Amino acid sequence: MTGYTYTIFIILIPLVMFLVTGLLGMKWKPIVSGILGTIGMGIAWTLSLITAGSYFFGTHGAEGFQAIIPFEIKWLQFTETLIIKMGILLDPISVMMLVVVTTISFMVHIYSLGYMKGEGGFARFYSFLSLFTFAMLGLVIATNIFQMYIFWELVGVSSFLLIGFYYQKPSAVAAAKKAFIVTRFADLGFLIGILILSFVTGTFDFAKLTEPGTTIFASAASMSFMGISAMTWAMTLMFIGGAGKSAMFPLHIWLPDAMEGPTPVSALIHAATMVVAGVFLVARMFPVIHFQAPATQEIIAYVGGFTSLFAAVIAITQYDIKRILAFSTLSQLGYMMLSLGVSGYGGEEGLGYMASMFHLFTHAMFKALLFLGAGSIIHAVHSNLMQDMGGLRKYLPITHITFLIACLAISGIPPFAGFFSKDEILVAALEHNKLLFAVEYIVAGLTAFYMFRLYFGVFWGKDQHYHHTPHESPMTMAIPLMFLAFMSIFSGFLPFHNLITSDKMGFETHTDLMVAIPSVLIGVLGIAMAWILYKKESVVPAKMAKSWGILYTATYNKFYFDEIYLFVTRKIIFNYISRPIAWFDRHIIDAFMVGIGLVTEKVSYQIKGMQSGQLQHYAFAFVAGTLAIALSMIYLLM
Amino acid sequence: MIQGIPLEHFLIVSTIMFFIGVCGFIIRRNLITMLMAIELILNSVNINFVVFNRYLYPDQLQGQFFSLFVVGIAAAEASVAIALIINIYRNMKNIEVENVNEMKY
Repeated sequence: MTGYTYTIFIILIPLVMFLVTGLLGMKWKPIVSGILGTIGMGIAWTLSLITAGSYFFGTHGAEGFQAIIPFEIKWLQFTETLIIKMGILLDPISVMMLVVVTTISFMVHIYSLGYMKGEGGFARFYSFLSLFTFAMLGLVIATNIFQMYIFWELVGVSSFLLIGFYYQKPSAVAAAKKAFIVTRFADLGFLIGILILSFVTGTFDFAKLTEPGTTIFASAASMSFMGISAMTWAMTLMFIGGAGKSAMFPLHIWLPDAMEGPTPVSALIHAATMVVAGVFLVARMFPVIHFQAPATQEIIAYVGGFTSLFAAVIAITQYDIKRILAFSTLSQLGYMMLSLGVSGYGGEEGLGYMASMFHLFTHAMFKALLFLGAGSIIHAVHSNLMQDMGGLRKYLPITHITFLIACLAISGIPPFAGFFSKDEILVAALEHNKLLFAVEYIVAGLTAFYMFRLYFGVFWGKDQHYHHTPHESPMTMAIPLMFLAFMSIFSGFLPFHNLITSDKMGFETHTDLMVAIPSVLIGVLGIAMAWILYKKESVVPAKMAKSWGILYTATYNKFYFDEIYLFVTRKIIFNYISRPIAWFDRHIIDAFMVGIGLVTEKVSYQIKGMQSGQLQHYAFAFVAGTLAIALSMIYLLM
Repeated sequence: MIQGIPLEHFLIVSTIMFFIGVCGFIIRRNLITMLMAIELILNSVNINFVVFNRYLYPDQLQGQFFSLFVVGIAAAEASVAIALIINIYRNMKNIEVENVNEMKY
């Protein structure tokens, strides 16, 4: 299969753009870097679409969509079996991710031309965006788990750089550090998982790991640790890595803070692409998890379900519009994880897998749209807080319409994209786990409620006293909004069930009315509640907040998770672990080394008088010593 | 040429020469004299080379050649040493070895 060798340019172009705009950007006018980056991304986007077109709609055999490796090199060879390769793997999910990443990235590149105009570090921003896109693309097309890990870390670094883009702002620096440390901590689990997995199977390659009926796990059956099988350990640890990147509970704390970065960055990284890396990882390893570690799959389902409920509840009480969207992202990521967690393998059984990927795709579109819309609002109002907004529909018509479309899409109202994917997830959940289905059903209502609370609060209600009249964003920002709105309406009609399935074979789905009608109803109910409470300025929400009392306060403060983490790290780990270790280091280890130095110095000070500079003293010592040795040798040998 | 003289006699002579050289090197204060003492040491070794060569391998000449090399090296060493001594004299206006103690700690 050599027809896809051009795919290498999809990842090389962003890399080149990163180097060019990063190294030379300072010499040019800032806008040149922006335009160059955008053009490069446009080419990569076109190539991705061509790839997807020929992969999905070209000829393929009766076995469905086969994985193709158009390019692969041996990168590091340690031993005969321990080889780390770099390559490109094209299979349904990686091709879909190529499209998602390049589409959103291209839109964000265009959008940022308007949004970031006049900001300091414009060229730096674009070079980081290119770096991120490169890393993310490298992650999705990875042929083996080690390549994925390398790009995984690169993604983490570029996310760190972009969250901390406003590095003069202490809160941005703190958020960047938090995101990096939390995800890095989770990546430790990922790395250990990789090591266990490769130790058991002797390979890093996805192709070998996910092959149906493979025998490489035979040796794993006998291995276990603390009563849990080696594969369950490996997969659970890898899921911890994925949970860190995808901000699953309890590693979710970094994502809301990551909103300190510029809004286009939030749209690209913290809504559409990087945060789904964890979902992608689970999907990539899905056959392994499903067959070798069913316990892990259970964990994934429950963690996903809990996160989606937890984040949706918090989202209701927040006022910072970007944070609402961040918690909504958490909630939707929970949906995807849950869907993978309840999925079976093959044909209709694999509905959850397909639904997860479907939701990933549609969510990327409408969530990026929501973030870019939020950026447009922030651009107009110069504030993140809902209290500073109201009645904006008159000033921002394009933003208003596109935002409404995205809200309808995420609330699961037909015929918008979110309805189809969410419906599939609910069907999959209903078939496998009634409890999780109930949770997701409630979350669907909550989602509609908090999204429309946001929508009504921002675009309706009474005008605030704006310093200057809010104005619609320039065309560079409006075009991505319109394109993504188009995608949010129509991407639900894509025939995902034929294209992206767990065993690469298409199957038929049908909208289950028993699930669809109630889910639409609860969505409408949520919207209606929001309509009543927030369309007009009223005192009811404040009263309700008061009557909920402590529960409301706890939710508003995100259930004090940040505080708990701070307590655990500062008060417990720092005081009771770090400090004694630091004391030991300073007073035992350092003291030992210092002692050696001190003793040497003192002794040499004492004996330095022997080096008198008198040649004859030396000669005498030499001769005397030689004689002494000679005599003792003679004495010993005689 | 050395028939009738036992080996021990040569060795006694060379040993006496060697220790005269060592004592001279340690005791004498004058650098030139010390250099002469070194020559004595080297020459005592030369005697040993020649004598052992003669007694152990009479039909071979390695020992004798070796002593010639030693003489050559000694000449070179003497020229370097005298050059050094001249410089020391220029700096210190004498050639007493106690004064050459700049290199102590």
